[in-house]
Amino acid sequence: MVLEVRTTEQGIALDLTGEWRALAYQQIDSALAAVDLAGARRIEILTGRLAALDLTGAWRLREFVLQAQKMGAQVTFAGTPPDQMRLVAETLRPIEAAAAAAAPRPVMDLRTELEELPVEAEVATLTFIGRRAVTLWRDMSGALAFLGRVSATGLGALPHPRSLRPTSIARHVYDTGITAIPIVALIAFLISVIVAYMSAQQLRSYGAEIFVVDLVTIGVLRELGVLLTSIIVAGRSGSAFAAEIGSMKLNEEVDALQATGVDPFEALVLPRVIGLVISLPLLTVIADLVGLVGGAVLCASLLHIPLDQYVTRVSQAITPTTFWVGVIKAPVFAALIAMAGTHRGMQVSGSSRELGRLTTLAVVQAIFLVILADALFAVLFLEIGV
Amino acid sequence: MIYPVLEVQGLVNRFGSQVVHDGLDMEVREDEVFGIVGGSGTGKSVLLRSVLGLQRPQAGTIRLEGHDITQLSGAALRAVKARYGVTFQQGALYSALNVLQNVQLPMVEYMQELSESARDELAMLKIRLVGLPADAARKYPAELSGGMIKRAALARALALDPRLLFLDEPTSGLDPISAAEFDELMLYLQKQLRLTVVMITHDLDSIFRTCNRVGVIVDHRMETDTLERIVDHPNPWIQAYFHGERAGIRLKVAHGA
Repeated sequence: MVLEVRTTEQGIALDLTGEWRALAYQQIDSALAAVDLAGARRIEILTGRLAALDLTGAWRLREFVLQAQKMGAQVTFAGTPPDQMRLVAETLRPIEAAAAAAAPRPVMDLRTELEELPVEAEVATLTFIGRRAVTLWRDMSGALAFLGRVSATGLGALPHPRSLRPTSIARHVYDTGITAIPIVALIAFLISVIVAYMSAQQLRSYGAEIFVVDLVTIGVLRELGVLLTSIIVAGRSGSAFAAEIGSMKLNEEVDALQATGVDPFEALVLPRVIGLVISLPLLTVIADLVGLVGGAVLCASLLHIPLDQYVTRVSQAITPTTFWVGVIKAPVFAALIAMAGTHRGMQVSGSSRELGRLTTLAVVQAIFLVILADALFAVLFLEIGV
Repeated sequence: MIYPVLEVQGLVNRFGSQVVHDGLDMEVREDEVFGIVGGSGTGKSVLLRSVLGLQRPQAGTIRLEGHDITQLSGAALRAVKARYGVTFQQGALYSALNVLQNVQLPMVEYMQELSESARDELAMLKIRLVGLPADAARKYPAELSGGMIKRAALARALALDPRLLFLDEPTSGLDPISAAEFDELMLYLQKQLRLTVVMITHDLDSIFRTCNRVGVIVDHRMETDTLERIVDHPNPWIQAYFHGERAGIRLKVAHGA
């Protein structure tokens, strides 16, 4: 119990007891809410048995007093009102004084003050579209400027190969390439097995099982090998780039680099781009090889095509360009992934929420760009007839 | 009545072969401002983390208002954590939330029955109490100055009206005027709300202005005494700390010479 209510001649007397603390708010609130104010002319509050009263308790008591006064009751304290009430009142006074000066509203409370604060207004549809268009435009010109700056830094560094930071590039080749081999190999193997299995089911009805080899070979070498590798790397390394550089931005490490006279594009962005441009084609070659092995395993076990026949068929299926058509795309995809990651990382500022948002954006954009570029490559190869 | 609000006995903290604390004793009494001083790397932050229940020491007892937090876990530890407020060195405001939401977070955690409007008003009360302008409520930590971050962190620490307040280097990174203002604010609140304050600090001005007693971590233990007496402690580090060139002027001022 935090409250005892007694009826007196002119009204009621409230005897506050126990600890009026924030953690007991529920009891205090419900006890005060349950007090029947109707018809009470005088309310006397006794605080002698109160063990503790903190600001939260004092605030709730003050709310009660104000409510009672509004209903026409006269509220008195037995003895002096507790100090904490005065502290609450003092803290609130500037607001109430300001409200009295501004007049039309009688008493302004904290909540009204909070509501008065400017909140971002709801935007109309047209404004929304306009804003999005401007954002999109800025985003695109920003990306172009980023590409320009990376190219300029790269070209500027060419005459002095040491400023390309070979150690850093080697680290990124290791992080993005060598450590990715197991997952890339596993996925290439499984995908080629799936492709072989699916096509075998269809081609069997024509008795043309041998063409499974052609499908797997061309599919893996031209498209699947490089595309799947790029998507895995976009998820693995694109996000890592954005998060690494983003947290360096939050930590003011990028500022520190610049203050030392080191260009962050040269020290942070370029090694990552170059590193990935080196490692992704190599990963693609591995994915191609493992993919062909996967096809061979399935053909041997399910279609009873022996290994030597598989190899002969593979060499017949491919033209001199088949392998290169796939691998040539890898450096382009690598540059897109690395730049999406580093660009978004460099955009991080302010809060950890930004970091999360931009890392997500980096991965989504990297995958989108890879697939878009792949479509453009397909059109290009069709036109030049390879 | 003076009884220890916080009592640490025989605290031992080790990381591998590195000894941080070896039998450290500390006692904080009700209604005092207790300063913790120590050279860099003497384990002030480790001590704070142990006392807050964020890390378990290898040995020793830590009693917060009588509860030994080294023996508690789960709901019991959580209940003890609601009874103190803490501000971290860099503020540690949640960057995804604005100041109002930052102050409300402990209320949301521990006072679920509080209605939304009551929560808004109480949070605004705390924001005003630490001297922040009302328009700071909707700002995000990234938009605040260093001094405002410290104040907002203090408002969040006071959200549940704790009796015990821990401050980790509350004036570091502030200009001397803002630091002095923060000291005055802290003293005002300490008197008005009858807080017990435990403060880690390097700021000599702050120590002389605010602290009743000071604990100095030397040789993995703590030397505790009143401010007037600790400055005459024979330990060479304490001598260098309070009587070095930087401290000379303040001592004169403090002794009214």
